[in-house]
Amino acid sequence: MDLLNNLALGFSIALSPYTLVLAVIGCFVGTIIGALPGLGPSNGVALLIPISFSMGFDAISALVLLTSVYYGAMYGGRISSILLNIPGDEPAMMTTLDGYPMAKQGHAGEALVVSGVASFVGAFLATIGLMLMAPWLARVAFKFGPAEYFALYMLAFCTLGGVGSNNQAKSAMAACIGLGIAMIGLDKTTNMQRFTFGNMHLFDGIDFLVAIVGLFAVSEVFHFIETHGKNSAIGVKLGKVLIPWKMLNDTKGAMLRGSGIGFIAGILPGAGASLGSFLAYMGEKSISRDKASFGTGNPRGVAAPEAGNNAAAGGALIPMLTLGVPGSGTTAVLLALLLTLNITPGPLLFTERPDVVWSLIAALLIANVMLLIMNVPMVKVFVRILSVPSYILLPGVTMIAFVGIYSLTGSSFDMMLMVAFGVLGYVCRKIDIPTVPIILGILLGNQMEDNLRRAMILSDGDWIYLFSSPIAISFWVAAVLGFLAPIFLRHLLKKPPLPTIDED
Amino acid sequence: MRGDRIFGLVMMVLALGYILSATTIRSSFMSDPVGPRIFPYLIGGVTMLCALVMVLKPDPDVEWPIGKTLLNLGLALAALFAYAMMVKPLGFILPTIIVSAILSYQINPKPQLAALTGLGLGVGLYVMFKFILGLSLKGLPPALMG
Repeated sequence: MDLLNNLALGFSIALSPYTLVLAVIGCFVGTIIGALPGLGPSNGVALLIPISFSMGFDAISALVLLTSVYYGAMYGGRISSILLNIPGDEPAMMTTLDGYPMAKQGHAGEALVVSGVASFVGAFLATIGLMLMAPWLARVAFKFGPAEYFALYMLAFCTLGGVGSNNQAKSAMAACIGLGIAMIGLDKTTNMQRFTFGNMHLFDGIDFLVAIVGLFAVSEVFHFIETHGKNSAIGVKLGKVLIPWKMLNDTKGAMLRGSGIGFIAGILPGAGASLGSFLAYMGEKSISRDKASFGTGNPRGVAAPEAGNNAAAGGALIPMLTLGVPGSGTTAVLLALLLTLNITPGPLLFTERPDVVWSLIAALLIANVMLLIMNVPMVKVFVRILSVPSYILLPGVTMIAFVGIYSLTGSSFDMMLMVAFGVLGYVCRKIDIPTVPIILGILLGNQMEDNLRRAMILSDGDWIYLFSSPIAISFWVAAVLGFLAPIFLRHLLKKPPLPTIDED
Repeated sequence: MRGDRIFGLVMMVLALGYILSATTIRSSFMSDPVGPRIFPYLIGGVTMLCALVMVLKPDPDVEWPIGKTLLNLGLALAALFAYAMMVKPLGFILPTIIVSAILSYQINPKPQLAALTGLGLGVGLYVMFKFILGLSLKGLPPALMG
């Protein structure tokens, strides 16, 4: 019973009063971050990494705190979807389709409870799936050599570009921007300067945290200035919150199916939580007998995508922890967290630092239970926080971003770089270039090149070596398929429009 | 259309510059078959290709900010850059009050609310970071504090 022993080890670390307090704080802050429009799991965690790092937490405490924030934000996203018709974060978009109509019919409380329980079911099942699958995948990953890793990175970029965006050229370009930025600094193998132009600040390369905070958090400010915070409309009133047992019983099938679909979508590199909730919703709709009621306030249309996005969040941790290849924006941010803490994810992590892996998993299970407690009876507290107007929220977020980067690096240059990344993020959002591949490129660029060069050393410069093993070939095939197939499937996977606010 | 074309052209120029700059990277005596230049060449090449696709097959155009909104965005950008330079010599509180008031005013143009927001954020965030989270921040201009 290896699994139980490992889990006991994890709980023995994660159950100390200190880490429990951190988990409570993380869950609370995370739910708020998820609920606030404009802040989601990726930019929330991105903002908090430099700050928690400057506060001098050890690796396990920081992990517990920030993964609680991550899970909390996944829960919180649904609150503004349901009450304001504004997804608190991208994965919560599908929840608006039936959640907001339910709220308008006076069932806001029920919708919040059903979605809260669905989040719990999805996240809990996915964490169990993570426990079972991750060690197995880690063992498989031991067989990977540099050629396999290079192909795997290609697969991540290609599926992210194919599935996650509307225009292949744009997402490939985003990946190149990220990879190109990663090249700046000293080349590890030869110790030669690359693209530094003699600027001392660039010798160490560009800190990925500066890029992440700029792209994900600072860019929001520009967006809100342009729209004048129009999105902070006051939504539906929330009455008394009761637990609708019958509705929970009716939607349990939807929750389980949503969890399954979401979990699988989460494991695939490049897919992540948004696709998980989308597929869960579409799946539930297609097997339902009353298709027409979806989009008009069907509780199953709330349960399925919420279970799906939380399950995908858990599933996405599997490739991130075992292979070091994140599948989504948020897991890319979590990878940044691990790298900041000097933990290198990959198969070795499971044998060399089992304490980190299993306390993380234990922390996820604990955070889940806490979040269920916080999100069902205490949901009113979060609803009140939602009414923070954007003219306070956005300046606040910007200042927190500055403080984080300033206390991390202490350099004005890095703060200016962060602002520049904010501008890049704004422009990219305008012309529909996804920013996640940029982050992924910055995070993985050096390892990708390193694996390519090591593969070439092994093969003595023969490029055919990259396609020499069955595993590598299957990654390449999957990469090409993942990149090209969505072109043909696009009209099938069209997203349904958001419900409009003004129809009464 | 226009946005995509312009961005594509800019990226083409940048990619060309990137490739040219990569040709000047020096090899060292401990070299490997690939060396420090090939991967940047690949990146630059793929970027060129993507930029070309963007120029030849642009997506429908989005609405770009014009006039006052564009001016506001420029002002916000200038304020943020100024903040990055001011926070070291002037300490945390003063620049934070000014810049968050500016940003707040630009999102919701009510002067009193903006001033209050700036004041609240400047002092409130300082108290939070310094005394609750224990970060080492200088609140006031270091020159004044001796």
